[in-house]
Amino acid sequence: MLKEVVYCGVCTYPPEYCEFSGKLKRCKIWLQENHAELFEKLYSGEDAEVEGVSGKLAESSIGEKREEKLEKDLLKMQAKQENREQRELAKKLSSKIIIRREARTKRKSIVAISGLEVFEIDMKKLAKTFASKFATGCSVSKNAEKKDEIVIQGDVMEEVENYLHSILAEKGLKDVKVEVVDGAVKKKKKPEGA
Amino acid sequence: MFRKFAKEDVHSRSNVKSSVQRSLKSKLVSQYPKLEDVIDELVPKKSQVELIKCEDKIQLYSVDGEILFFQKFEELIPTLKLVHKFPEAYPTVQVDRGAIKFVLSGANIMCPGLTSPGASLPEAPGYDKGSVVVVKAENKESSLAIGKLMMSTEDIKSINKGHGVEMIHHLGDPLWHFNID
Repeated sequence: MLKEVVYCGVCTYPPEYCEFSGKLKRCKIWLQENHAELFEKLYSGEDAEVEGVSGKLAESSIGEKREEKLEKDLLKMQAKQENREQRELAKKLSSKIIIRREARTKRKSIVAISGLEVFEIDMKKLAKTFASKFATGCSVSKNAEKKDEIVIQGDVMEEVENYLHSILAEKGLKDVKVEVVDGAVKKKKKPEGA
Repeated sequence: MFRKFAKEDVHSRSNVKSSVQRSLKSKLVSQYPKLEDVIDELVPKKSQVELIKCEDKIQLYSVDGEILFFQKFEELIPTLKLVHKFPEAYPTVQVDRGAIKFVLSGANIMCPGLTSPGASLPEAPGYDKGSVVVVKAENKESSLAIGKLMMSTEDIKSINKGHGVEMIHHLGDPLWHFNID
């Protein structure tokens, strides 16, 4: 009895509404790859741009002029969206993640990760994963610049770096820089305190 | 209603008692009688309904990680995910192609968009002011929004000016993108 509805993997709308999402190009590709028969139904006979417009006109009732305007607006929106996405991607690629180790008392240290907020990573969740992964305390707190950072108790810098690389690769952002700053140079030989 | 809605607006989450779940189901059926045949499929007896209380006294109900309906005051309102699964059960109005763009950006629906040739309204007596309607679009199968009538459908036909449907929930709004975990 219940209908199974396909939702576009790109814009999350039902495929019929992809044209209004501003991501039509990528939606079309996705649909063709994942639901070829639906793609046929929606976009058949629309290979050439001109043909598409006339095809839609035939079944639309809002008049040629308004249809044309709508078409134009949609194209504009699409261009805007694409620009925005490009900007966002560029921003992501140009920003970097900083992993910093800070000294605490004696042999203890903490690891602070900042610069994650650009990448749409849920900090709280990530903190929880770290906590269970390394069996240690981990929390999200504000740093000196009033930005959120993840603070992990204990020296787990290398593991964190590896893990971050793996989740970035999963998101398709392999080229993002991860900078490691060691704020607590090990003072094994020198005696502590002065 | 969901123009701004994010994780921060969630106050509490709790599982619903099975007796409350039963009464919820019967309430849903009494509001939308056609749901009766599929209600056990939508909300299986063994499933756990979760109640998510949010800002502004909005309450969301989810089943198996999917928000199926919500309520602000008395009335239960289905989400679009639920509407898409079983579209026949709800009172429906249709807008023309030109209106889709504006509806998807969250505007209230104006009367002319409901009365033009591409749109359709139910025959008289139609629906009363204040009832919740599902909004469909010309040449499209699935619905794109849920709204509340600001005047009765007969008034929309005769006056044909101003706001006709108040937007509650539309494709692409924060509730649509809302992910409960």
